[in-house]
Amino acid sequence: MAYRWGFVDPWRELRQLQREMNTVFESAFGRPAEAAPPCNVLASENDFLITCEVPGVTLDGLDISVMGDVLTVKGERKPADEVQPEAYHRRERRTRPFNRSIQLPNRVDPENVEAEYEDGVLIVHLSKAAEEKPRKITVKSV
Amino acid sequence: MSIVERDEAAPTRTDTEATRQVRQFVPDVDIYETDDSLVLLADVPGVKAEHLSVRLEKNVLTIHGRVDPTDAGGRNLIHAEYETGDYYRVFSLSDEIDQDRIDAKLRNGVLTLRLPKAARAKVRKINVSAES
Repeated sequence: MAYRWGFVDPWRELRQLQREMNTVFESAFGRPAEAAPPCNVLASENDFLITCEVPGVTLDGLDISVMGDVLTVKGERKPADEVQPEAYHRRERRTRPFNRSIQLPNRVDPENVEAEYEDGVLIVHLSKAAEEKPRKITVKSV
Repeated sequence: MSIVERDEAAPTRTDTEATRQVRQFVPDVDIYETDDSLVLLADVPGVKAEHLSVRLEKNVLTIHGRVDPTDAGGRNLIHAEYETGDYYRVFSLSDEIDQDRIDAKLRNGVLTLRLPKAARAKVRKINVSAES
């Protein structure tokens, strides 16, 4: 691949290489080098917002649970059609089941969990447990 | 039947608010062949149908999706494993694809493109009758 000045994305070729390497590892060891979906965690004083990229799963293929300060997301996506392996020209998308546990910095309220799935992105909203939320102390003037 | 990746960088796009360059990602794809078509599946999580463009021009198929960042609602990012940006990937198609009947669907962050084979590229089965 030729290097071009004014390249828009200098990491493109590296990522391409990484993808090819992953494919090599997968075929060598029979499992993806990176199977877990990537997640981001956002926090405020009172809550957490966790977003995970899980394209192509169906709602019944997702299992979300909360315990203490750990959020667990399990899921699996099934191939859409029955495709014979030799019919593939390219196979980069992962179909293995995944099981991710994310430890949060605070305990969360297990009764107060909201999850939505939109455009292949799972968004989980968690409230911090009451005892973990900051308390405002009013200072009285004497 | 062939579909070949082209090494092309996406046109530059700048975030209107932050005036920074938007990151670009190459979406993972599966491509498989059935009796009557080529099927391309691309993972484009976070892309809404109105922000996904699939273009075919002179046998060049361009997939370009745009992701708007999640509304953080004033929260801070404390752990990051992915970034949002654009998805861009370009393929060259052979003439054996019936370019007028391409069908594209977006569902749960996965683009499904069905590229029907032109009649002349389809496998024809010829019945052999026994002569006695």
